Amino acid sequence: MPEAKKKLKLALYWAASCGGCDIAVLDIDEKILTVAELADIVLWPVALDFKYKDVEALADQSVDVCLFNGAVRNSEQRELAELLRQKSKVMVAFGACACFGGIPALANQFDRESIFRRVYDTTPSTDNPGRVRPQTKLSVPQGDLHLPEFYNAVYKLDDVVEVDYYIPGCPPPPELVWEAITAIVEGKLPPKGSTLAGERSLCHTCKRKKEDKKVTAFHRVHEFVPDPEKCLLEQGIICSGPVTREGCGERCLNANMPCRGCFGPTPEALEHGASMLSAAATLVEGKEEAELAEVLDGIVDPLGTFYRFTLADSLLRIRNKSLGLEEKAEEGEEAAS
Amino acid sequence: MPGPKIGVYVCHCGSNIAGKVDMDALREFAAELPDVVVSRDYKYMCSDPGQDLIKADIKEKGLERVVVASCSPRMHEPTFKRACQDAGLNPYLMEMANIREQCSWVTEDGEAATQKAKALVHSAVNKARHLEPLEDKTVPVDPKTLIVGGGIAGIEAALKIAEAGKEVYLVEREPSIGGNMAKLDKTFPTLDCAACILTPKMVSVAQHPNITLLTYSEVEKVEGYIGNFEVTIRKRARSIDEKLCNGCGTCQEKCPIKVPNEFEEGLGMRKAIYTPFPQAVPNKPVIDRENCTYYKTGKCKICERVCPPKAIRFDQEDEIITEKFGAIIVATGYQLFDPSVGPQWGYGRYDNVIHGLQFERLSNASGPTGGKILLKDGSEPEAVAILHCVGSRDTNYAEYCSRICCMTSVKFAHLVREKTNAKVYDLYMDMRTFGKQYEEFYNRVVAERDIYFIRGKGAEVMQDPETGKLLVRVEDTLLGVFREIPVDMVILNAAICPRPDAQEVAQKFGIQRSADGFFLEYHLKLEPMKTANDGVFIAGTCQSPKDIPDTVGQGAGAAAEALKVVFAGQVTVTPTTAEVRDTLCSGCRICIPLCPYNAITFDEAKGVAQVNEALCKGCGTCAASCPSGALRAKHFDNRQLYAQIEGVCAE
Amino acid sequence: MTQAGSPKSQAAAGEGWEPKVVAFLCNWCSYTGADLAGISRLKYPANLRIIRVMCSGRVSPAFVLKAFHEGADGVLVGGCHPGDCHYLEGNYKTLKRKLVFERLLEQFGIEPGRFRLEWISGGEGDKFARVAEELVKTVRELGPLGSTAERLGRADGLALRAEGGGGNA
Repeated sequence: MPEAKKKLKLALYWAASCGGCDIAVLDIDEKILTVAELADIVLWPVALDFKYKDVEALADQSVDVCLFNGAVRNSEQRELAELLRQKSKVMVAFGACACFGGIPALANQFDRESIFRRVYDTTPSTDNPGRVRPQTKLSVPQGDLHLPEFYNAVYKLDDVVEVDYYIPGCPPPPELVWEAITAIVEGKLPPKGSTLAGERSLCHTCKRKKEDKKVTAFHRVHEFVPDPEKCLLEQGIICSGPVTREGCGERCLNANMPCRGCFGPTPEALEHGASMLSAAATLVEGKEEAELAEVLDGIVDPLGTFYRFTLADSLLRIRNKSLGLEEKAEEGEEAAS
Repeated sequence: MPGPKIGVYVCHCGSNIAGKVDMDALREFAAELPDVVVSRDYKYMCSDPGQDLIKADIKEKGLERVVVASCSPRMHEPTFKRACQDAGLNPYLMEMANIREQCSWVTEDGEAATQKAKALVHSAVNKARHLEPLEDKTVPVDPKTLIVGGGIAGIEAALKIAEAGKEVYLVEREPSIGGNMAKLDKTFPTLDCAACILTPKMVSVAQHPNITLLTYSEVEKVEGYIGNFEVTIRKRARSIDEKLCNGCGTCQEKCPIKVPNEFEEGLGMRKAIYTPFPQAVPNKPVIDRENCTYYKTGKCKICERVCPPKAIRFDQEDEIITEKFGAIIVATGYQLFDPSVGPQWGYGRYDNVIHGLQFERLSNASGPTGGKILLKDGSEPEAVAILHCVGSRDTNYAEYCSRICCMTSVKFAHLVREKTNAKVYDLYMDMRTFGKQYEEFYNRVVAERDIYFIRGKGAEVMQDPETGKLLVRVEDTLLGVFREIPVDMVILNAAICPRPDAQEVAQKFGIQRSADGFFLEYHLKLEPMKTANDGVFIAGTCQSPKDIPDTVGQGAGAAAEALKVVFAGQVTVTPTTAEVRDTLCSGCRICIPLCPYNAITFDEAKGVAQVNEALCKGCGTCAASCPSGALRAKHFDNRQLYAQIEGVCAE
Repeated sequence: MTQAGSPKSQAAAGEGWEPKVVAFLCNWCSYTGADLAGISRLKYPANLRIIRVMCSGRVSPAFVLKAFHEGADGVLVGGCHPGDCHYLEGNYKTLKRKLVFERLLEQFGIEPGRFRLEWISGGEGDKFARVAEELVKTVRELGPLGSTAERLGRADGLALRAEGGGGNA
C-alpha cells in the first residue's frame, strides 16, 4: 500500500445489526494495524469509547469515510445515519443490513404492534404482568426519560441518507473489505453509487458442476447432505446463487450450503426474491396443476427463502396492513367489551 | 439527458373512439407527457391523409418515436409500421395504444373511458421511449402445402393449389376422400346429385401430378412455423399393396365378415376388407384389422387367396412420413349432433327416428335401400315429420344456427314427396333461406302437394301405444295450438357440430377455438381463413356450419392464402427474439431447458448461454426466468414493461 | 370501537376512489379475447388497463409486484388455456410461477383476490369481460392497497429518499 499523505479520518457505526460486520473489519487480521497507521478512527462504538457529542463536534465533511453497518430500525439509528452523513465525505453501506435491510428486515412482515405484543406479552419466557411496553417518553420524578422510537418498518441505509458505495455481504468478506479500504486509501473508487462487488451472479464463479436444470422435488438443507460437486439447485436445494452478486468467495457453497443471497441482486435482476422465485418455479417439470403444486409446495416460506436479506430493498417492502391499525381496532374492541 | 422525440397520434376512428373518449383532452394530455414534441388527433389515422400526418412529422420534426392511439395493434400495427418505414423511421420504434377495442367499445361512461385512454397512452409513450430499432429477417419458404381433411373444402383447396402449379399433400383420415358431401343424395337448391358433382373432383385429386394423396392417414405432429412446418404423418397400414391392387372388388365380395358401415351411418353393412362406397378415391380397399378374422384368430386369409394381383399384405406396417411444408390448411369438417343426447327426440329408442345424414343415405341410389325411402320394416311411410333445429338454436345444446338445416329440410320434404306418397310435416322455428336461389327453392317446395310447413319447434317424439305410430308434439305458433302429429318416420335435422377431437386437432396445429367449439378465425369478417398461427389456415365446416357453396368458397380462399405464402418464396420472421447479454450471464443454465424450441444452448467456451435467433419465437419466457436479467426479450424487455406499468398506474 | 383506519373504510371514506387493475395479457389468446370483448361491444369497468406481452410466460412475478408497487390494487395475468399456448408451453411456466408466487403474495399481505391468473382464449370475449368485471368488483370490496410509497408513508411517516423497489429494470 502506498504511503498516504495525510491520515484518513474513519468512522464505523453499527445500527440494527448483529455486530458481525464490525468483526468482519477485524477479520482483515494484521492488516488492521495498517489501517490504524493510515487512518484515525473517530467513531467505532464496538471497539472504542466515543460519545455522540464528540461526533457532533466534528466539522461537516471532516470524516473521510464512514462504514455504516446495520439497518435502520429506530429513530436513533436514523439520527446517527444523518449525523454521520453530514460529517462524512464518503458514506458506505457496509454489509447486507445497511445495503438491503438484511435479516432484521424480515421483521417487515410484522408491524411494531405485533412485534411488541410478541416480545413483551406472548413469548413463553416473558414475565411482564403489567404489560409494560417501551415508551418514547416517560416522566419520572427525576425528570423525563426518552427512548428512541421503534419504527413500524426496517429501512435500508439509502432510504434515509445518500449512500456513495455499497459493500454487501453478511458479513462482507475480509478480502472485499481490504480491497475497499485499499481503494479508499488510494482514491481509486469507482463512480458513486457503485457496489464494490462483482457484476454477474455467483454461478459465474461457482465451481460446482452444472448440467440439466430440472427439479423433481425441493429439499431443505437439513434433509440430506448434497453432493458437494454438483449444482445445489439441480439437487433440489434452493440456492440464490443465480440471482445474487458474485464476490463473496463462495463461503456458503464451500461449506456445502446454498447461497442465501446476502450479496443482494445482480445489477440487472428485477427483484432479488421474485426473480429467483420465477427461476426456481420453472425448474419443475410437468403440466398437471395438482402434481406441480405438490412439488412446488416443497418451497416453504417463499418470502423468507427468497428475500432473506433483501426485504427492505424489495418492491413491496412491508406486509400490507402492517400498520398496526387492525390490531389497534382489535384492542379497542377488547377494551370495550 | 433529453429522451427521444415522440409524436402521439390520436385516432377518432370516426365516432368509434371519438363518440366515447374526449379527443381534445386526450391529445392535450399526451402533449404534456415528457419527450412528446407533437400530439395530434385526426378522424381516421389509418387513412392516407392520417398516415401522411405521421410521415410529415417524422421528416419535418425529426420524430424518433411514434405512438398511435387507435384500434387494436392486431388490426393496424402493420399499417402504421409501414407508414413509419416509408418516412424513414424504423418500424419497431412505433407503439400503439389500443383505445378502441379495449377502451371506447367496452366502457359505458365517457369520462372513465377518457381516463383509461390517458392511462393507455401514457403506457405506450413510456414504452416508446425505451424502444430500439430492429430489423426484420426473412427465411425461405418450403413450396409445399399440407391440407388436412379430404372433404369438399380440402379437395377444392388441393385442386386450386395444384392447378396453380404448387405441390400439395392431402391427408385424409378415412380410407377415401369425399367427406360428408359424399354421403349426400341430392343437393339444394338445384337438386343435382352430390356424387355427380363431387366424384369428378375426387378423381382429379387422385390424378393430379401435384397432389400427393394420403388417405387412411393422420397428422401426428406439427413443428416449426410459417414457411417451415415439419409435419409427421402416420399412414396407417391398409394391408394391401396399393400399387398392385386394381380395385376389382373380389376381396370384398368374398370376405365373410360383415360389420355396420360407418359411411352408411349405421344403416348398411360392409365387409372387413372394404372400400367405404363405390366411388371411393382411391378405389383400393383397406382391411379393418379390428374385425378381420385373420387378425383375431390367425386364420381365414380368403381375401389373399382370391385376390387376382396378389395385393394383400397382412404384415404391412404403418408408415411414418415426415415432410416440410410452407403452409397448412386445416379442413377437418364437422360431426352431426348426436340426437340421442336429448331423450325427447326418441332417437335410438324408436326405429324410424333418423337423422339427416341417415336420410341422405336412404335416399341415395347407392345407399342401403337403393334410394328408396323405407321404414325399418321395409314398408313405405305414410307420413313423415321433419324437425329443424335439433341441437342448434337451443341453449341446452348449441346456441348457434346450424345454417343448412332449413334448406336440407326443404330438400328432404321434396325428396320424400318425390319418392313416396307420404304426407310431410316440416316443423320449423324460422325458415332461413339465406343463399342464392334458396328462397325460390323453398317457394317451389311450399307449393308441392301434401307438404305441411308448421311453425313450431318439434318438442317431443313419442309412440302411440295403440297404433304403434310415432307422435310428434309441436306448438303450432301460427295457429296457437298444441298438436300431436301421427307419423311413421321422423327425420331429425341435427346440427353441424365441431368434431369430437376438435380440441386435440386445434392443439396439434396451434389454432384456437371459439366459444361454440369451432376453429377460430383470425377475424370473423375480414380474415375468415387465417388463424392465430401464421401459415395455418382453416376452411369449411371446421370453422362454422356452412353449405356447399360457402365451403367451396372458403376452400378456394384458403388455397389463395396458402399460395400467397408459397409463392412469396420467403417469409418475414420477427426480430423480437430473446438475446443473452454476455457480460451479465453467469452460466447458471436455468434458461436452457425452458425453451420449447431448443433455441438456447450453452457456449462452453464463453461459459454463457446463447440464443439461436432463427429458432427463437420471441415468447420471452426465458427472460422472465433469467434471475440475473442477462436474458433480454427484445421489444418486450424489462425496462419497456416497467415503463408501461408505471404508465398505466400513473393515471 | 372504530374501524376508521381499515382499508375497507378508507375505501368508503376515500371519496371517488377508483381501483386500478393492471392486466398482462398474452398476444395470442387473452389479448385477442379482450379485443373480441370490444368487437362484441361487451361492457366492463374502465379500471382495468391492459399491457400486451407475447406470452403469459413473459410475465415475471416482478412485473406483478411492480404493478402493486406503483399503486395497482389488483393484477390479472391472462394466458392461453393449457395445451393451447402459441409457444407450446409458456402458460405452464406461468402456472408454475403462480403456484409459488401466490403464497409469496399472501406473505406480503396481499389478499388472494387481488391477483388472478386466468386462461382466456381468443374466442372468449365474454369470459374476459366477466373476469374483468369480477376482479374489479373484488378489488373494490377489498379497498385500496396503495403504492409502496403510500404504505411506507402510512407506516412511519418518514420522508424517505426513495420508496425503494431495487430500481433495477
